[in-house]
Amino acid sequence: MPIIHDFQYFKPRNLGEALQRLAEFEGRCRVLAGGTDLVCWLRDELVTPEALVDLKGLPELDRLDLAGDVLSIGARVTFTDLLDSPLIAERFPVLAEMAAGVASMAIRNRATVVGNLCSAVACCDAGPVLLALGAQMVVAGPEGEGRIPLSDWFLGNRRTALAPGQLVVRVEVPDPGRHGACYLKLGRYQGQDLCQVGVALVAQPGNVWHAAFGSVASRPFRCLDLEHLLSSGPLTAELLAQAKALALQEVAPITDIRASKEYRLLMVGVMLERGVKATAARLAGQGPAYGMSLT
Amino acid sequence: MKQTIAIKLNGEVRQVDVLASDILLDVLREKLGVKSPKVGCEAGECGACTVRLDGKTVRSCLVLAVEADGSEVITVEGLGADHMTVLQQAFLDHNAFQCGYCAPGMVLSATELLEKKPHPEAADVKAALSGNLCRCTGYVPIIAAVLDASEQGS
Repeated sequence: MPIIHDFQYFKPRNLGEALQRLAEFEGRCRVLAGGTDLVCWLRDELVTPEALVDLKGLPELDRLDLAGDVLSIGARVTFTDLLDSPLIAERFPVLAEMAAGVASMAIRNRATVVGNLCSAVACCDAGPVLLALGAQMVVAGPEGEGRIPLSDWFLGNRRTALAPGQLVVRVEVPDPGRHGACYLKLGRYQGQDLCQVGVALVAQPGNVWHAAFGSVASRPFRCLDLEHLLSSGPLTAELLAQAKALALQEVAPITDIRASKEYRLLMVGVMLERGVKATAARLAGQGPAYGMSLT
Repeated sequence: MKQTIAIKLNGEVRQVDVLASDILLDVLREKLGVKSPKVGCEAGECGACTVRLDGKTVRSCLVLAVEADGSEVITVEGLGADHMTVLQQAFLDHNAFQCGYCAPGMVLSATELLEKKPHPEAADVKAALSGNLCRCTGYVPIIAAVLDASEQGS
């Protein structure tokens, strides 16, 4: 099926030109990176922009580096780039664990991490992990560069804090230092299936925990109450039971084509327990290798 | 918006007029006469439309033709111009297709896997091909063909 509504296509050669195009079309245009979501949306007429601004002429958005204690993931960095990066494997293995579960090889070759965050569907895989890592979006606009914490980014299904005329240039992730982490993704099969429940956990020495969920609310979200509870004491069976009970109060899953609300609620508890145990073990230098299925 | 793009398609530079909204898959099939990429789900889920774009497999149903301007596209037609690759021969030897609709995508995805990891385990093959759906073979002969090709060094 073709795309019914035609549009203008621009491939700017520098960031200034890209921002100029965005200003020119005042929200009636879309930014194109990997296109794996956008082309589907264009075909389904979920969006009917007058113009597309393609980022493929902006190689500066390819950066994937650790400078000081901040990891920068440029707007053109794909999930395959994460999987192929020795830096990610060594310092942020949970990002590789997450990337490995995204769709299929050919999609990962094209789909970008920033695009995943900008599509902002509730089941996006990059959301929970980067929320738990305390990431922030770096946004360029007419007034220069600004930062938006990822915890303020997701406003609802497919809605973000990005203003018209703005463009995400990269996502920044603070180096957690020594840590344990995990991303658990519940799906029916490997290869394409979208996330039914996503649980991301990060633990740092001194019993500091971070937790975020995907696919169990209208947006991925960080769960501060759960973080405080997990950080409050030694990880006993009692604390774990309290954490599961608290998590069930915080999530609000719906029934859809992929899973029922009841199944999701059940799996939140199961996955949280497995995730906490795996994360604690990884922090201690043990536990399952990153990338092993934890669900 | 109409424009002329140039694609190096299976080694030959081809120019073609496209709309900005034209999908690469449709342009390859309808305007450039390359029929191995198949129209399947048109949502990136089945892998039938897989092509190699600048060396990486992509879903041509999710790529705009204008995005491929100046790029190299390789389809199964361009894999072994004069003779079949070791992998293609292994697919034949193992009867690794029945209707053949998934085969071009399978072959291209497996080609990328073997380039990245020349000696994969069966689990690697399954993971690499997990986005390519086959409704005939049950996958067993496909996985056997890829492993066989890796032993022969394709």
